Amino acid sequence: MDRRPSQLRDDAPHAGANPDLRARVRSAWRPPQLSRRFVPVWRRNFLVWRKLALPSVLGNLADPVIYLFGLGFGIGMLVPEVGGVRYISFLAAGMVCYSTMNAASFEVLYSGFSRMHVQKTWEAIMNAPVDLDDVVFAELVWAASKAWLSGLAILLVVSLAGIVETRYVLWLPPLIFIVGLAFAALGLVMTALAPSYDFFMYYFTLFVTPMTLLSGVFFPVEQLPAALQAATNLLPLTHAIELARPLLLGRAPDDVALHLAVVLGYGAAAFWLALALTRRRLLR
Amino acid sequence: MSGTTVRASGQARDEAAPTRAPLSIRGLRKRYGDAEVVAGIDLELRPGECFTLLGPNGAGKTTTLRCALGLTTPSAGELRLAGLPVPDRAREARMRVGIVPQQDSLDPDFTCSENLIVYGRYFGLDDATIRARVPELLAFAGLDGKRDARIQQLSGGMKRRLTLARALVNRPELLILDEPTTGLDPQARHLIWERLKQLIREGTTVLLTTHFMDEAERLADRLAILDGGRILTEGSPRDVIAKEIEPQVVEVYGDWNGRGRDRAGGGDAEAWAARHAAEFCRRHEVSGETAFCYVEDAGPLLAHLAAQSGLRYLHRPANLEDVFLKLTGRELRD
Repeated sequence: MDRRPSQLRDDAPHAGANPDLRARVRSAWRPPQLSRRFVPVWRRNFLVWRKLALPSVLGNLADPVIYLFGLGFGIGMLVPEVGGVRYISFLAAGMVCYSTMNAASFEVLYSGFSRMHVQKTWEAIMNAPVDLDDVVFAELVWAASKAWLSGLAILLVVSLAGIVETRYVLWLPPLIFIVGLAFAALGLVMTALAPSYDFFMYYFTLFVTPMTLLSGVFFPVEQLPAALQAATNLLPLTHAIELARPLLLGRAPDDVALHLAVVLGYGAAAFWLALALTRRRLLR
Repeated sequence: MSGTTVRASGQARDEAAPTRAPLSIRGLRKRYGDAEVVAGIDLELRPGECFTLLGPNGAGKTTTLRCALGLTTPSAGELRLAGLPVPDRAREARMRVGIVPQQDSLDPDFTCSENLIVYGRYFGLDDATIRARVPELLAFAGLDGKRDARIQQLSGGMKRRLTLARALVNRPELLILDEPTTGLDPQARHLIWERLKQLIREGTTVLLTTHFMDEAERLADRLAILDGGRILTEGSPRDVIAKEIEPQVVEVYGDWNGRGRDRAGGGDAEAWAARHAAEFCRRHEVSGETAFCYVEDAGPLLAHLAAQSGLRYLHRPANLEDVFLKLTGRELRD
């Protein structure tokens, strides 16, 4: 789509020796070009957040805490133990990951769309010497940062409530950030495609909610039929929980490299896709 | 009020060669599918001038600006912004450019001063530098008392002035404004014009798009009229009028008693024009109830009209709007 007519190539002194190369460089699928210029964009979002921080943190905390204690005690009465631990302890890691995923998704979907489409914030930023790649990368890191706070808040709650083992708990903060990055990247793909806010409902009902039920947040994946278990292994949330759950039960996780690779792979691939789609949307 | 000076371009211009064009565009084309929105535009800004792109909606003004800023890749053409090739080095070039976009894009969650500080950071300016500059910028925008005001509390004119102040945060050598006064009341428009004139006096090059003729006539050293993605004419407002159109216009309207029993089609002005316009004027157009007669010498026509009972007329020198309508037609552009 960005190919230039041949007649132009010869008289454009800065077009470079190989015109096809230039066309490729401007293609929407060119690799992300990241720079530290994302920092002031991240700081812009942080400044907005600081003004609204308290309601934001409380709002992010309320939902998973209610699930945790509601289901933890309610179902915990019926199911005294799962895999040798109390149900609420089993649920804790699921809630940390669920909360992180939700916070990252909401930030890039609703707030991100608002900044991109409604408030024209991205447009204003791109009029300054900041490229779209920097803006989208800033959104990714910002959403992961906000999700990190949400995940940490739940982690703090479950640690203080004494329902998890704290031996490996310090591995959780970096893990939560990585999980936030992956789901922020997946959400950015939707933001790039969204015609309006209504579109995000599909993402939640068709992707996030089924994934939450299939990934071992509420019950062990082994409970599922064999066919579904195979599908479960393709979902990023499954691998996040495979890492978080043993850590919060005081055990070292198995297959760390595999699980990390899946989560990071989803993040990297989704970010590239999101960036290409956003370039096509905004740089036409 | 106009005592406040904002050295928009200070250092940047001192070190740059004064002869280099702040923006040059050669053979610019931009296609979307089968539609060619920009169909071969050449223009070159001179340092310190105000250049206006005038054109109806959809003429290609905004697309031309987006290409110039490197926000979209042209289908063909060679562009240089602040001396740097675009889009290859557009990001660096934008360091020296200030932009007032068509749509309001201020941060609604921030105060006026926060908007300026946050925007300055995108240029790599440190907070101390921007903070020191904020009072000067707010004063220039006539927003002295609004430092801590939320954006929602500002009127449309205030928002546009703050956007102008934001575009000056990096002391640009070139200021680009896309329809800066659309939607503003007359008082607010005059204040914006006042500020733009001040910036031009102080040496900033200004490129603006508009579809307001009075804006172009007031501000532009040179202008280009655009339609269908092409430049139809270019020059100073006075030259363009002299070059493109007869110097005198007589607008004829009202009821014509000389029409007689001929009642077929059109109003009285149209009926009069059909019978007599060709005798007196080189060119005429009928729009609604009015016949526009374009003439070199209005004497004979005025004498004829004075003898007609019921017809009314207005004799005036030709202006930019006449040129614009002649070149771009009278059909609605939606």
